[in-house]
Amino acid sequence: MKVSMFHLMPYRDLPDDFEQKYHSVWVDPPWTELGDAEKVGQYYNWSLDELIHAAKAGMDGICVNEHHQNAYGFMPNPNLMGSVLARATNGMDVAVVQMGSTLPTTNPPTRVAEEYGMLDTISGGRLVAGMPLGTAMDATLCAGITPIEQRERYYEAHDLILKAWTADDIFAWNGKYYQLPKVNVWPRPIQQPHPPVWIPGLGSLSTWEFAAQHNHCYCFLSYYGPKAGKSVMDGFWQFIGDRGIEPNPYRAGFLQLVAVAETDAKAEALYERHIQYFYNKSLHIPPEYFFPPGHQDYRSLENNIRKGIFKSYFDKLDSIPNWRFKDFVDEGFVIAGSPATVRDMLADAAKDLRIGNLMVLLHIGSMPHDLTLKNIDMFSSEVMPHIHDMWDNQWENHWWPERLRTKRPASIAAL
Amino acid sequence: MVAVQEQTVSVWKNQINPKVHVAGSGPAVVFLHGAYGLTWDPFLDTLAEQYTVYAPEHPGTTLGDPDGVKALDDLWDLVLYYDELFAQLGLDSPTVIGHSFGGMVASEIAACYPQRVGKLVLLSPIGLWRDDAPVKNWMILPMEEVVKAAFYDPSGPLAQQMLTVPEDEKEAQDLQIRVTWSLACTGKFVWPIPDKGLKKRIHRIAAPTLIVWGTEDKLVPPAYAEEFGSRIAGSQIAMVEQAAHVPQLEQLGRVSGLVRDFIQP
Repeated sequence: MKVSMFHLMPYRDLPDDFEQKYHSVWVDPPWTELGDAEKVGQYYNWSLDELIHAAKAGMDGICVNEHHQNAYGFMPNPNLMGSVLARATNGMDVAVVQMGSTLPTTNPPTRVAEEYGMLDTISGGRLVAGMPLGTAMDATLCAGITPIEQRERYYEAHDLILKAWTADDIFAWNGKYYQLPKVNVWPRPIQQPHPPVWIPGLGSLSTWEFAAQHNHCYCFLSYYGPKAGKSVMDGFWQFIGDRGIEPNPYRAGFLQLVAVAETDAKAEALYERHIQYFYNKSLHIPPEYFFPPGHQDYRSLENNIRKGIFKSYFDKLDSIPNWRFKDFVDEGFVIAGSPATVRDMLADAAKDLRIGNLMVLLHIGSMPHDLTLKNIDMFSSEVMPHIHDMWDNQWENHWWPERLRTKRPASIAAL
Repeated sequence: MVAVQEQTVSVWKNQINPKVHVAGSGPAVVFLHGAYGLTWDPFLDTLAEQYTVYAPEHPGTTLGDPDGVKALDDLWDLVLYYDELFAQLGLDSPTVIGHSFGGMVASEIAACYPQRVGKLVLLSPIGLWRDDAPVKNWMILPMEEVVKAAFYDPSGPLAQQMLTVPEDEKEAQDLQIRVTWSLACTGKFVWPIPDKGLKKRIHRIAAPTLIVWGTEDKLVPPAYAEEFGSRIAGSQIAMVEQAAHVPQLEQLGRVSGLVRDFIQP
């Protein structure tokens, strides 16, 4: 099992009445009313320190991602963060997991090939190259990409980047969305033929097909825990099995919110309001922003409407504003409690969903810096060692930087 | 009620197979529908009393042909496609009536091929942009908000019909899929701002043109009537009171009268 700390870099001080007063956390929360640049500078520094702390505490990887125009998590260029992390973790056996540059909004996409090339060289071959499609909010509303073209653009950008990394010769790219007369990326990555590629998704069939076709790692990034994720991951493994592909658990990644304290009661006291902040404020997004018409291709649209997938999803979200700590834990949205509670629940979830590459969100919503460091320490020392051996004697993680595939020592902070 | 025939034609090397609704007899009138898809309505009925009405569904919006839209990359392709479709239907220079998105397409056809369009009727068209009167982005508005902006009387039967979900589950799903995909396909040519250069080409329109606008339109503000009118030489503007974005249905009698008077030979 490889375990990475994921960070969203959210705004930590939204007002109490934020979700009543404002239309959305994404796209149109007014900076002039809500944003404080001095505070934000502090958040960026804290977020970097928290990830570096996780690396020192023995976690296998540290993850950042790209989102725009929001207070939910705003690293508009994740590679700026990634370059700091790559430099600061030199000499540590930790992967720099970029989850990552949004392909359809980066123009030309060779920019992603170049920046990932920089990160892989600076880090000495420790990059995991995440290649997200991007949310509809980011791609269509913030970047103006036509909804019906977002996925096509993504496929073309992906093919261009991989060719730019692997082609023997300089080539011309005559695509539908991108035309480049001479592609010759400097630098290329250290990892050959290219860094492992992770594809974040939300359960759509076309993303499974895409990941399988290219032999990439599929990562289900959801905030709704293993209970809600079970049907998606079962569907994924069924899909893999049907195609006769080896069911290596490292083929799959999963994101989970985790909060650890000395006892279950203490976890409730420490984390409840930050969890509520995350679900009620950081995820305050109107449904029509998620799915502008065309964002889903026709077959996915038909499938989702016929099966009522959106309806059950949004119906469920309606009740969340009234949830307490216990509800979030009972529903599995957050795995939280004492080390014993967390390790059991997490081990069960990883086994049940067959996850080899686990990402844990250890900073949640409004969590202050000190509490985040505590969560990282308790997770690394008292939870992670108990799940770290899972899968290792049966499977090799082909989707991890080759030079980091052996197990890290428990904590190098102590060295 | 006239009898409406549905004719499926194959265009663009058979890659696009739209349904064309045809009714009535007399000189040809083409009706190009808006972003929510084609629904045969009483306005088209009144036209069909004197004319042969051809109402094609935009590429991709025809049930069973969702991939048709993939054969067209951009607005330039769409205009060429309509030239082919008109030729295939044997229409030399018909009257072309376009509503909203269809009004933009009609304007582009008339600007690109001035001889293709005999007379032009624009019902609350999109296609131009003013920073001080932005067109609402209908693709990210909940239906309740669309109805408030698009109808003079949001609680009236016309508006409420837009919000009515069929009782039968399968029919309700069909409708949701159809409307969403119509928005996706038409949105391909206008996202994210419905200003794709018509302002540079609109002076080429040679057809006599009637511009109809509801004075209460909150989706595409009435200020655009003058924007279109001032750019199309000799055009007439008719402002319709107690109507918003769908004047041809909100004030059926008045608008169908205006249109009939304008297009009669």
